[in-house]
Amino acid sequence: MQLEVENSPFNQEQVALLNRLLPTLTEGQLVWLAGYLTALNQQRKDPSGLIQARGNGVALLEPVPQAVSSGLAPVGSSQGEQKGVREVTVLYGTDTGNSKQLAEKLTRQLEERGYKASCFVMDQFKPQTLKKVEVLLIVVSTHGEGEPPDNALSFYEFLHSRRAPRLEGLKFSVLALGDSSYEHFCKAGRDFDQRLAELGGERLYDRVDCDVDFDADAEKWMEGVLAALQQAGGALPQQEAAAALATVHPAIPNGAQVALSLAQPAIADPALERQPVSSPYSRTNPFQAEVLENINLNGRGSTQETRHLELSLEGSHWHYEPGDCIGIYPENNPTLVDQLIEAMGWRGEELVPVGKEGQERPLREALLSHYEITVLTKPLLEKVAALHAHDQLVSLLAPENQEQLRTYLYGRDLLDLVQDFELKGLPAQELVPLLRKMPARLYSISSSHLATPDEVSLTIRAVRYEAHGRQRYGVCSTQVADRIQPGDTLPVYLHHNPEFKLPDDPDRPLIMIGPGTGVAPFRSFLAEREMLGAQGKTWLFFGDRHFLTDFLYQLDWQRWLKEGVLTRMDVAFSRDTEQKVYVQHRMLEKSKELYSWLEDGAYLYVCGDEKRMAKDVHATLLQIIQQEGGLTEEQSEEYLAQLRREKRYQRDVY
Amino acid sequence: MAEEKWKLEQDGPPSDVEEIKKNSRYLRGTLKESLQDPLTGSVTEEDNRILKFHGSYMQDDRDLRNERRRQLLEPAYQFMIRVRAAGGVLTPQQWLEMDRLARQYANGSIRLTTRQALQFHGVIKWNLRQTMKEINDTLLTTLAACGDVNRNVMCNPNPYQSEVHEEVYHWAEQISKHLEPKTRAYYEIWLNDEKVVDSREADEEEEPLYGSVYLPRKFKIGIAVPPSNDVDVFSQDLGFIAIVEDGKLQGFNVAVGGDMGMTYGDPQTYPQLARVIGYTPAERVVEVAEKVVTIQRDYGNRSIRKYARLKYTIDRRSVDWFVQELNSRLGWSLEPARPFHFEHNGDRYGWVKGKGGKYHFTLFIQSGRIRDWDDYPLMTGLREIAKIHSGDFRITPNQNLIIANVSSRKKKQIEELIERYRLTDGKHLSPLRRNSIACVALPTCGLAMAEAERYLPHLLDKIEVMLEELGIQDEEITIRMSGCPNGCARPYLGEIGLTGKAPGKYNLYLGGSFPGDRLNKLYKENIGEEEILDTLKAVFSHYARERKAGERFGDFVVRAGYVPAVYSGLHFHDPIPAETGDTLKKA
Repeated sequence: MQLEVENSPFNQEQVALLNRLLPTLTEGQLVWLAGYLTALNQQRKDPSGLIQARGNGVALLEPVPQAVSSGLAPVGSSQGEQKGVREVTVLYGTDTGNSKQLAEKLTRQLEERGYKASCFVMDQFKPQTLKKVEVLLIVVSTHGEGEPPDNALSFYEFLHSRRAPRLEGLKFSVLALGDSSYEHFCKAGRDFDQRLAELGGERLYDRVDCDVDFDADAEKWMEGVLAALQQAGGALPQQEAAAALATVHPAIPNGAQVALSLAQPAIADPALERQPVSSPYSRTNPFQAEVLENINLNGRGSTQETRHLELSLEGSHWHYEPGDCIGIYPENNPTLVDQLIEAMGWRGEELVPVGKEGQERPLREALLSHYEITVLTKPLLEKVAALHAHDQLVSLLAPENQEQLRTYLYGRDLLDLVQDFELKGLPAQELVPLLRKMPARLYSISSSHLATPDEVSLTIRAVRYEAHGRQRYGVCSTQVADRIQPGDTLPVYLHHNPEFKLPDDPDRPLIMIGPGTGVAPFRSFLAEREMLGAQGKTWLFFGDRHFLTDFLYQLDWQRWLKEGVLTRMDVAFSRDTEQKVYVQHRMLEKSKELYSWLEDGAYLYVCGDEKRMAKDVHATLLQIIQQEGGLTEEQSEEYLAQLRREKRYQRDVY
Repeated sequence: MAEEKWKLEQDGPPSDVEEIKKNSRYLRGTLKESLQDPLTGSVTEEDNRILKFHGSYMQDDRDLRNERRRQLLEPAYQFMIRVRAAGGVLTPQQWLEMDRLARQYANGSIRLTTRQALQFHGVIKWNLRQTMKEINDTLLTTLAACGDVNRNVMCNPNPYQSEVHEEVYHWAEQISKHLEPKTRAYYEIWLNDEKVVDSREADEEEEPLYGSVYLPRKFKIGIAVPPSNDVDVFSQDLGFIAIVEDGKLQGFNVAVGGDMGMTYGDPQTYPQLARVIGYTPAERVVEVAEKVVTIQRDYGNRSIRKYARLKYTIDRRSVDWFVQELNSRLGWSLEPARPFHFEHNGDRYGWVKGKGGKYHFTLFIQSGRIRDWDDYPLMTGLREIAKIHSGDFRITPNQNLIIANVSSRKKKQIEELIERYRLTDGKHLSPLRRNSIACVALPTCGLAMAEAERYLPHLLDKIEVMLEELGIQDEEITIRMSGCPNGCARPYLGEIGLTGKAPGKYNLYLGGSFPGDRLNKLYKENIGEEEILDTLKAVFSHYARERKAGERFGDFVVRAGYVPAVYSGLHFHDPIPAETGDTLKKA
């Protein structure tokens, strides 16, 4: 085919150059060039090479023919068999089963014609694999006031959210089922159609809207789609060209290897996977992460509020691992800042120094984001006393009043200090520089990089309580709960935690004990193990107050249990029964099995509250080991110490 | 059409529910395990199917469904428990216990149903077993309140004919008892009963009537005592019409193949009126019921559940075929049907004195919901009455409650309580409201496509204003609203029927008859409140101007040509002839 401006994306000059070059190339050269261009394009989109890691991770989802160690030859050989075969993904959302039947019928027809077709109900499809899909065919009904069926909702919401990826290169077509007696006839189908186009997808065949007697229209659509596919099937997909190249010319440029890894079955090699990638961002140079999602995980009627916060890491070049944390630099509560300014008789716009280099910022801004105002420390009180020798303050700092000082410091903030010791009148320029710099808050990551490479999620419980006659708010947790919306950004950094890591061997059993927000890293663990296809058994202990409202990530655990990623789970909801039940009680009930898991080499992880939970859990573990192993108290302690030395007893407690 | 249905019946293997029933070992399934699973407030889909036979449905709070899904929480699963009592009769002691259970384990309310049963909503899984057990402790049961079996047997609770009622009630109980499932599973699962026999060995002996797969679908029986058709006898799979001669119950006319359910968009499903096929002497009524059930057991569609009701079994063949089959199974022939006359299908409110010097008070209960509102302590009032009442309570088919068999000595006390708690006979309410029925619908019913119970009272407020403006506020008109097309409110027998299509959207049906012997017909499809009101206003004002003396609203709309009269479900979906539409325009 001769290239022309009309049949290609090139301009006149490019067409002329290409038409001069292309006819001179040998077959081998053409193939080589195809691969080279694919790789070049990937590299442009992702200069860091992160694509490679993602490609491997994603490929794990749908195993392609097994590769051998060289990684090159088998691709070529399987490519030969697959010549002309294209992959098609059929998704359906159904209320009454009609869409399902049609989707399954279409899938059969595709298979009969030699396509590799996979068919999923939308909520079983992993949206993060969408970017990999070449051809997407959707069959979806509409019900009620234009709503998608329940089993299409999560995918629908994903596509319409900020997390939806760009879909250039995707070919799609939508079959919409509906009932024209409704105002919003076929709305769900129309929405999918429009959204996929907005995201850059190209219509393979125009959407067809069917009424209650859908058969004929649906048939027409299927025929149209199949014909369009056949027409589009003429060109060899780029990835296959790249893969073909690999066999012919092993000496390929670097970029082409990237493309190759996309088409290649992934080999789970964490070492290769986790090549540290240098990122310009750090604790001192935080990354401005866009908030993608901010949901309250506690159901209506709960006494608690736990936020599931999803942040975009796109552009951070971070590669996090399960067990790692994210540090957030929060802002103080504006109400508290204003109360403080008023109590001191300051003005919000007056300049105060921030940072070591003598920069100045308006007072209100400095108090909001540069200084800590919610915690009192002895050094701060001493410095304040040096400025303003209030009798009671001086006396509180006297060596013999240590205990009183401790009591005073607990649960009080700067506003208490200025009110209790009449600091009003002290100039802001003098008092403010004495304050500590705002520290970051660390939160365990509750997502897996392999599953969601450009995102990270955190699990944050809002801290609110009353003390000393005033409502108190956790700085970061209530900022997230009350004032942060999707679309906002937060300054964050990645904090590696080598002391809380999955075993290298994915077949090792895991016992995870994480009540409350302590469960966060275990969501990350399981998401990671799911992506790795790990075979090891897993056992999670979770607890909170109420089953109905406080079962954090309940749907995730249920899914993983069903799919075998999570082998067993025990729960303790302390306030559903007359006698409070905690995770350690569940452990004790299962002491025999728990001990046998340990004997089988299980890794034991504890995350969450240190003072009560982790202490009680530790004591319970000792009891279980003593009881089930027939050991003395000392031997039992030695058993746990040995586990620790082997990194088989890891804790992340706070 | 009949031919097509025949084809459907043969089409395909038994439905998945048939498999579930068959594998359930006489309704055991894995219910015990499901109830114990601590990670979910639900039971498995298979067990939910089985659970229905035990008188409970799994539901969830649909108001919270989407919110909780986004929170990564499973739906707020909860269970509806239906308590079955033939003819809707409860003792005061039983009432007090139901009242306590509603407050202790359910959502603090009791729901009276259109089949004279009583429902609890919002029972969580962890309390299900205890609640069921305590219901049984009061000698009431939930077994077969739902599921593919004979359901609660309805019976006219008509208090002013109490001698006949006693007798009719006796037969209702006999039929109910005779058609109860015999499996021990109920006792094992809920009442801690030891397994008496191993079901796998016992096999056929467990269910001599039903067998291991029970009926193809639910089966409904109701007994009417003319002139009241309050049980809507023509909506029953099997209806009995009491024939009273010389003040004595002689026997029953037999009517078969009625039902309200249909599926939108499938004209092969339709509501149908039961056909009167003959007469049986009273003492043979149980035998007749059994044989009718066995015909449906053997001939009902087991492949496609929406085609599995008795009406389709009959319409597919013919009424003659059915009568022949029944006579041959009975070994004797039904006698010719005897004359009867129905006047209404609603309730008579307030005090009436029955035969034998007992008094009966019919309370108006809006949409059958009993709870305490801030300004109306209905539930407390009934509890106080139950504490001193020595007669009984009767749930009516219109979801109202009769405080029955009050002695003249107790009457004054009860009147005082009625006064104190401002309980109402509804006499100050519009006749339209007193003749209204709404099903439960949102937020608990999984089938609901639109509101019913929570919405109908508000719609009635607006219609009442309209009726007053037109000066027809004293006309008795039946209005029935269901949240979906399945027909729990028996909407297709209302002079005005509304069935939910989507939130805020309803199909409007007109032309049912006041005594409930004619179906209504779709008049406007999928319309919102404004259009409902506009449409009704036009027809009401026409009715106000041109009705004949004593002419019922449902009869008028037929005469005026708004809709044709429909006496068979086979014509329910017929297109409305163009000329009838013209009459409307002239009006």
